[in-house]
Amino acid sequence: MDILREVTQQQLRTDIPDFRPGDNVKVYVRLKEGSKERIQAFEGLVIGRKHGGIAETFTVRKISSGIGVERTFPLHSPSIAKIEVTRRGRVRRAKLYYIRDLRGKAARIREAARKS
Amino acid sequence: MVKGILGKKIGMTQIFDEDGRVIPVTVVQAGPCVVVQRKTSESDGYEAAQIGLVESRPMRKANRPRSGHFAKAGIPPTRYLAEVPLEAGDEAAPGDAVLVEIFQENDTVHVNGISKGRGFQGVIKRHGFGGGRATHGSMFHRAPGSIGQAAYPAKVFAGQKMPGQMGNKRVTVKNVRVVKVDPERNLLFLKGGVPGARNSYVRIVKVS
Repeated sequence: MDILREVTQQQLRTDIPDFRPGDNVKVYVRLKEGSKERIQAFEGLVIGRKHGGIAETFTVRKISSGIGVERTFPLHSPSIAKIEVTRRGRVRRAKLYYIRDLRGKAARIREAARKS
Repeated sequence: MVKGILGKKIGMTQIFDEDGRVIPVTVVQAGPCVVVQRKTSESDGYEAAQIGLVESRPMRKANRPRSGHFAKAGIPPTRYLAEVPLEAGDEAAPGDAVLVEIFQENDTVHVNGISKGRGFQGVIKRHGFGGGRATHGSMFHRAPGSIGQAAYPAKVFAGQKMPGQMGNKRVTVKNVRVVKVDPERNLLFLKGGVPGARNSYVRIVKVS
């Protein structure tokens, strides 16, 4: 088990800010188009973090022109240029899947007193 | 150069490639190995090298035939011993080391090992049969069903899929890509899964 942790150690990112489910984040994703590279942002609510170590992923949900869009990113992926925490939310659950069934006002999340 | 190596499966993880894609990998502690015996066409009818996996915890007690075999080569006995092919015209003498360096990134290899034993299993788990419905009085749940016809052919064909031992059997996975080689720690990163449980032995042979 330890060997597995060791060999993935160097690929783990240390520049990831601390964020939790309930927070709003802006993820800057590197996109390769042919030979050119460009950065696209995906901003939304973190509805969960899963797995651990190199395999850790997080899911971001946003409402894009009235349609809910979710994207799951590998946390340690080199194609993530930057993660910005835009808002800290107070939630009482680790996975916010219930938010999918809520619309508008009900889908709001209280701001946390937590400092960034 | 010897075209294969023996190793121990460490487990699975994932790594990112330069495009940021996730590659599932199995990490294998491969080698160091020693050549124990050289098989030649004159004496054995084919060319190969028999190699043994040198482990940090040496074999405590080898039985008489095994100790004799290793005494002949002049090396301490190893638990896992297997044959690997040789490149044409290549030499390998008993005592020679075989290291992961024989592999390079993007090499294609065949991997064999003993698959996880699942015991005596029915046809649904073992062969993927559909089975019947659970409810509505079906009375046919996980049974294999008919295994043939009647007066003609009046026998069950060989190879008919039936319940039996599943796993704990030698399995080969072909054309596995070597994703990374770590000579410092004797590690091989193979794309995807390989047969066997963690800490089980595997044999890795280069495809030419």
